[in-house]
Amino acid sequence: MAQSKTKTARGVSESPDGTGKAAAKPKLPDEATSRELLGLMVLIRRFEEEAGRQYQRAKAGGFLHLAIGEEATIVGTTSVMRDDDYLIGTYRTHGHAIARGTHPGRVMAELFGRVDGTSGGRGGSMHIFDLEHRFMGGYGIVGGNLPLAAGLALSSDYLGTDEVTVCMFGDGASNSGNFGETMNLAALWSLPVVFLVENNLYGMGTAVERHSAVTDLSQKADGLGVPGVRVDGMDVIAVRETVTEHIRIAREERRPTLIEAFTYRYRGHSAADPEVYREKKEVEEWQRKDPIESFAAQLIKEKILSEEDVQEIRDEAEETVTAAVEFADNSPEPPLDSLYDHLYVLGDQVPGWYGVDERSPDSHPAEEERRAGERARRLAEHGAAYAAPEAQALREAEGDQPDTAPEDVH
Amino acid sequence: MATLRLREALRDAMAEEMRRDENVFVMGEDVGVFQGSFKVTEGLLDEFGEKRVRDTPISENTIVGMGVGAAMGGLRPIVEIMTVNFALLAMDQIVNHAAAIPYMFGGQVSVPLVVRMPGGGGHQLGPTHSHSFEAMFLQIPGLLVACPSTPADAKGLLKAAIRDDNPVIFIEHETLYGLRGEVPEGDDEVVDFGEAAIRREGSDVTIVGILRMAETAQQAAQTLANEHGVEAEVIDPRTLRPLDLDTILESVRKTNRTVIVEEGWPHGGVGTNLAALIQGQAFDHLDAPIERVTGADVPMPYSKRMEQAAIPHAEHVVSAALQTLEGSLQ
Repeated sequence: MAQSKTKTARGVSESPDGTGKAAAKPKLPDEATSRELLGLMVLIRRFEEEAGRQYQRAKAGGFLHLAIGEEATIVGTTSVMRDDDYLIGTYRTHGHAIARGTHPGRVMAELFGRVDGTSGGRGGSMHIFDLEHRFMGGYGIVGGNLPLAAGLALSSDYLGTDEVTVCMFGDGASNSGNFGETMNLAALWSLPVVFLVENNLYGMGTAVERHSAVTDLSQKADGLGVPGVRVDGMDVIAVRETVTEHIRIAREERRPTLIEAFTYRYRGHSAADPEVYREKKEVEEWQRKDPIESFAAQLIKEKILSEEDVQEIRDEAEETVTAAVEFADNSPEPPLDSLYDHLYVLGDQVPGWYGVDERSPDSHPAEEERRAGERARRLAEHGAAYAAPEAQALREAEGDQPDTAPEDVH
Repeated sequence: MATLRLREALRDAMAEEMRRDENVFVMGEDVGVFQGSFKVTEGLLDEFGEKRVRDTPISENTIVGMGVGAAMGGLRPIVEIMTVNFALLAMDQIVNHAAAIPYMFGGQVSVPLVVRMPGGGGHQLGPTHSHSFEAMFLQIPGLLVACPSTPADAKGLLKAAIRDDNPVIFIEHETLYGLRGEVPEGDDEVVDFGEAAIRREGSDVTIVGILRMAETAQQAAQTLANEHGVEAEVIDPRTLRPLDLDTILESVRKTNRTVIVEEGWPHGGVGTNLAALIQGQAFDHLDAPIERVTGADVPMPYSKRMEQAAIPHAEHVVSAALQTLEGSLQ
């Protein structure tokens, strides 16, 4: 199997004399770091299991893509990112957000379509987003996040910061036109971005050797100026080391690279997957090198954590996930009068927008929108940052009086 | 006031906004060294340098997507797409990303992006360089759509578009680039979106025309006045989202007759949409069915003779206007 070819860029990163000579096998991190890594992986696993359960109970709708089995790739990556680095992914990204620091309750609430969800119920499982933690989304279009990643990296470069963008996507995305276009542009413009392909061996139900002529995905962007390496995505420490080095290359050497992390999802592509394309045996084989169990066993063996510590970590995750479900359950459904919120940014140069809503028997919503725009402007003049709820409050406070002429604004 | 060609007005708008805000930058195919395939970005590279005037490879979806990402990261990109037809290659980023991101992420980020593109027929560029896709963009919630027909509007609307926090599709017409007109001077001479311009006042019939068809509508109005004693009111919406429906409705309530003229295709077009809005809200004021004058329902042909036959002309607008007045003319 392909994962036997796994290698990392460790030699480059750990060679103090810059000769690129291979360094010793990576050491396990200290207790605090180990606890954090294991804790996050266990939390993501428990979260995903619970999300699957809640989906079966119809609490969550739509499609549900679970990352069970892929925790080491996620956590290994996020654990070596700075707070001001950007992370962007595709649609199997509940765990990515949680690993970046998003409250699990807010992710669960988004799955439930509630107001306290990361997107207030507008995005769902495939569109988790948390600006505060620079998790720049979950996206439903395979490969659609690659140009966005290059754009984020461009903004960092343009603004003169040393932030790095890490862009994670699946093996299937390496066949999209965006992959080639983005690699070329990222290399051409020397953008500080690390591309990480989470190769879980299947683009939905099509095995990598059936969807990609070149199955060494790490080499797939080489001809476009983006060199790549392979890493064992089931080994959180190996992922950490490789990503650390590639983030350094992006940050300091200002050039993009590609990492291919071999990983595996134990569950189907989505909850609606009968899994006719693979053998149960294959799943079991991968489960034997489970990223959580193998890391926990190593930590216990090396006496960095005790069995009790590990159990404590599992209990904590259980509590957190139970609390997340409770939080999501208690969060209200989004009010229907907020249906049009966040569609447009009102105020400033554009006085308002005209919704084209033909379902309404009332006067054209344009009239309301125009007034909202004028009020937004006045709010702004009074120093308030404009937001739809403020406009609504103002509308009510003013008893919906007719507006002053728009001429007074310039 | 200065007299400028429309392409110069667009360039001045970009240059002024780039001087005003250093986070504004331009990227696109051949916008720099080549100075723009229609010379709209002429001189920008010299003044602003390669960091802010960026030549890109031919990768439309990625160029627009990078614009979206850069906008999310705090910049204000202007992306030029060489021809409106090429924007179809970027529809994923325009529809699934630029338009959807502010909404689907609950307003956590905005996408202050302008995507400029020229379209329209008249230069014998055939079926892949000459179309009019206003209706396609108009349909997408989350986008603003501008379609200027004069140099003054081109400049004022582009400045407003660059300053706006929403993704804006800015549609230009290839045959209007050389059009000269008076343009107000001053950094803050913006034209607000959502305010239609009444190009000619009249009481007998309302003619709504966009882009080059705003010009055609005015020619038709002149003929109607000179040869038929009909006073047409000509309205140029200037932006389709937001749409200044109020001004159009007010005119329709006065004239009781409407002709909508566009270069785009007849099915699901700008006129189809506008006709539905007008009949829905001014039905009692209409004395005749709304007439639509559109481009022919074919991919744009190359032959000059056929191309001209596929584009609306003033005579078509005149006949449509007379049609709405049938039976009521003395």
